Amino acid sequence: MATEQTLQIKEISAHRGPVPGSGAVRELEVAKLVDVTTCIGCKACEVACVEWNDHPFRETVFDNTYQTMPTTEWNYYNLIKFSETQRDDGSLMWLMRKDQCMHCADPGCLRACPSDGAIVQYTNGIVDFNQENCIGCQYCISGCPFNIPKFNQTTKKVHKCTLCSDRVGAGLEPACIKACPTGCLHFGTKQDMLQIANARASQLRDDALFPLPNAGVYDPQSIGGTHVIYVLHDITKPEAYGGLPANPRIPPSYVIWKYLAKPIGLFIALMGLLAVFFHYIFTGPRLSQPEPTVEREEQL
Amino acid sequence: MTASVRRFDEKARRGFGKLGHTTIHEGELFRHPVYTRFLHWTSAILFFLALLSGLAIYSPWLFHWLTPLFGGGPTTRVLHPWFGLFFVIIYAFQFFNWLSLMRWTAADSKWIRRLKIYIGGKERLEPEYVGFFNGGQKLQFWEIIGGGLVLFITGFLMWFPEIFGRIAVAISYVLHDISALIMLFGIWIHIYLSTVGEPGTLEAMTRGTVTRGWAWTHHPAWYSEATGRDPRADHQRAVDQQKKEKEREDRDSDLIAESR
Repeated sequence: MATEQTLQIKEISAHRGPVPGSGAVRELEVAKLVDVTTCIGCKACEVACVEWNDHPFRETVFDNTYQTMPTTEWNYYNLIKFSETQRDDGSLMWLMRKDQCMHCADPGCLRACPSDGAIVQYTNGIVDFNQENCIGCQYCISGCPFNIPKFNQTTKKVHKCTLCSDRVGAGLEPACIKACPTGCLHFGTKQDMLQIANARASQLRDDALFPLPNAGVYDPQSIGGTHVIYVLHDITKPEAYGGLPANPRIPPSYVIWKYLAKPIGLFIALMGLLAVFFHYIFTGPRLSQPEPTVEREEQL
Repeated sequence: MTASVRRFDEKARRGFGKLGHTTIHEGELFRHPVYTRFLHWTSAILFFLALLSGLAIYSPWLFHWLTPLFGGGPTTRVLHPWFGLFFVIIYAFQFFNWLSLMRWTAADSKWIRRLKIYIGGKERLEPEYVGFFNGGQKLQFWEIIGGGLVLFITGFLMWFPEIFGRIAVAISYVLHDISALIMLFGIWIHIYLSTVGEPGTLEAMTRGTVTRGWAWTHHPAWYSEATGRDPRADHQRAVDQQKKEKEREDRDSDLIAESR
């Protein structure tokens, strides 16, 4: 959760009416670039994230890999996913991908959230949770195509990577970027990051010794692009990198139901109250017969 | 299964009959035993707790003012499934309690076909085939059973999203809401008809009794079943008596006027 004075809000979850101050300032979209090909799996970014967010180190599960824990957790926003796969020739491919919130341009969590102001999207592309407005319904968890938001059973609130909105708002780079020793992580405007990513991908494709013909940039357009982009060795198989979806989608129920059927349905259900009220006004009560002396009945 | 359910239900009725009792006054008929009344009001309270906490989650924009009743947003969210679960448990007993009375018959189909006349409300006496419950009451009962099942299953999936996955939750959430909205629509009709719409009905669920007049008006077949008498004939007798009393009153007032 960031200081709202320095970051410009673009969209607010479940908020009717205009976003305060929208359109007043032009701000550049930021992006984090993860060059998966130069990641050495040192986990410096994980430690930096835990330190900056002041999280205690949590207990974990050993599942025969170098991975710190199976998935990200409410107090572990940033996780290197270690995946062992095979190339076509049978040789080993050890993939390491830094997994965290992708900060989608069309965020499924924000679409699903019913609580006014629990999730905001800033104009710079950062999607941030405001825990004080969170009601712990966990709809955001099912709205997210990347399985990122995690529920804290004790506080009944959901947490995820903030893209260090507090640091970015103060003109600093995110903690994970600062800690990376190999230059695998970059941070800047989305435009600049895409340019660097594309240059790197074409460099990988055209390499004289070890060409990677399928190298490419992961910036899924099915959710309008993301503010965390990857350079992958093989853009045709993103699933190999610890389950990165090739075509991430928001369940349509969250869009259609929330903005159309939900208000109409509630309106119809509340109309039931009006219907019975006017039934009484129109026909009056049905009394036990015989009624106490009916004088006359007028057809009006 | 039905035999053991019936045995259990009989036992519960007897047990609750020892805890409380129903006083039947002159001119009244016994309608709901203590056990049924207990189940009805427990499920009613749980229904409204689930409804109010659910509305606050359904649309915090409209109903966030309801959350302080339950201790704030997150606590409302924590309590809501428990209200729902207890409602389902209590209503399961209600289901077994009413199963035989709620069996759909040809008379109910006939009743549904003349729903328009019922809503119009001009025919003051119900048709003679209407028994303990009419078609509308049975329809609502089965709607609550069906809707309750949907709410229970989808609610369970939404309670443990980490087990059932995001697609199951995304679908459940829509079905859960639709089912709740149908029940919300139905509850207005239920409350209206049992209070101001048809006076005398509420007492059936509070004190457990109704007047004979209420019974031959709204449930003639049940009236003849409970008393062994003809509802139409008894109604006619009451009308005649009322007329006679009116005449006597008029005569008395005429006499008073003459004597002045």
